[in-house]
Amino acid sequence: MNREPTLTYVYAVAVPTPELVRTVASLRGVADAALSLLPPLDDSRPAAPAFVTSQVPHGDWREEALRARFEDLGWLESTARAHHHVIQALSERATVLPLRMATLYEDEERALAALREQRPAFADRLALLAHHAEYGVKVYVRPDAGDGDGDGPDAAPPAATPAPGSPGKAYLQARKRQHHAREDRYQQAARAAERIAAAAAPHATHAVRHPTQSGPLTHGEAGPDGENVLNDAYLVPDDRAGAFRRAVQQAGEDLPGVRVDITGPWAPYSFAMPAPRTTGTDPDPDPGTGTGTGTETPGGPT
Amino acid sequence: MSDPLANRLGPLPSRATPMSYPPSSSSASLADILERVLDKGIVIAGDIRINLLDIELLTIKLRILIASVDKAKEMGIDWWEYDPSLSSRHSGSPLAEENRRLRAEVEALRRERLGTAEPGVQGAEYEADDRAREEDRPSRRAPKRNRPAP
Repeated sequence: MNREPTLTYVYAVAVPTPELVRTVASLRGVADAALSLLPPLDDSRPAAPAFVTSQVPHGDWREEALRARFEDLGWLESTARAHHHVIQALSERATVLPLRMATLYEDEERALAALREQRPAFADRLALLAHHAEYGVKVYVRPDAGDGDGDGPDAAPPAATPAPGSPGKAYLQARKRQHHAREDRYQQAARAAERIAAAAAPHATHAVRHPTQSGPLTHGEAGPDGENVLNDAYLVPDDRAGAFRRAVQQAGEDLPGVRVDITGPWAPYSFAMPAPRTTGTDPDPDPGTGTGTGTETPGGPT
Repeated sequence: MSDPLANRLGPLPSRATPMSYPPSSSSASLADILERVLDKGIVIAGDIRINLLDIELLTIKLRILIASVDKAKEMGIDWWEYDPSLSSRHSGSPLAEENRRLRAEVEALRRERLGTAEPGVQGAEYEADDRAREEDRPSRRAPKRNRPAP
């Protein structure tokens, strides 16, 4: 009976049903661990939100070990995918609240205590999210769109036809022209993004604007010359999903140099609750009015 | 054209292939997945503290790096190389770099036209000032909006 000590890893919150129990039993979590519901489904009691959990080896997941492992990109990828896979599979069959990756408790008792504290809030949020899914809308713009000759702004400025003045001056003037052209295109891109966001909004109950994705490694997704200028998430009722997609796609048509990607359906990652509320003193107990942090209406403040 | 989840996700993976992910997960970009599992979702205080402060730090790194891990490996990217908290002068994104350079050049041009003396010295001053401001706001085009509704 000398089993390796474990920690309790929590993936999501959901209300147990027989179907959910079957789904949970069929899945594997991070570190290939078997999943279980905490507490288990109990037919004798009214259904209440429960944690979907697994046990993970203490040695690999304790605080110091985790710090080091988070810097291992390969480990991070496989863990993030495993965490996401569980949540996504659950979200097909039930309304779930995704938890931040690597939420860990010393044992099931400690996890249960945390669950009990938050249960009413979890139940409220689950009710709000039922029959909804999250969709991502990402707009990419090609910085050289409209140039016509494919001479992108990142290309070297034209070296030919030197101005009568100094070569340096000619160079800087060319750079300045490029700079202005680019600014114009960004303004166009911003208008396109707002147009797309405005088309999406009527079909969604909530919207969140995430920071655009940028960096040396986004080029794979953005395309060789694309830049992400909009990265929104929308909470869309299931029966509006088709209309939502059509509206967004239509809004993105006929915009030169603009590409629109719709991602999802996702589990409602972006619409899960912010940090837990302090008990009893919240002046606005209504979870349905989008008072969560980061929630906003697209096309609102710019 | 509705796109039901069930069709996208395919059958549940069997226990025999626990590490093979259904199409939806693998077609979702890693950048999107990392963004969501590390930056979204409920944060509740766990016993292991990694899920609060450290993930905040991590998401800063992700902001800079977020994309295909395969590509990262391919390019031999050092995760920490782009960490603004660890590197005294982080390189920033190529675009920010480019932007910085362009602005300095445009400013130099403007000064040249105005006939300002010693454009080199002043240009350098401008550039340093510009760089400092640039670093004050690393995510320059779409900062997180926390402004309350008016």
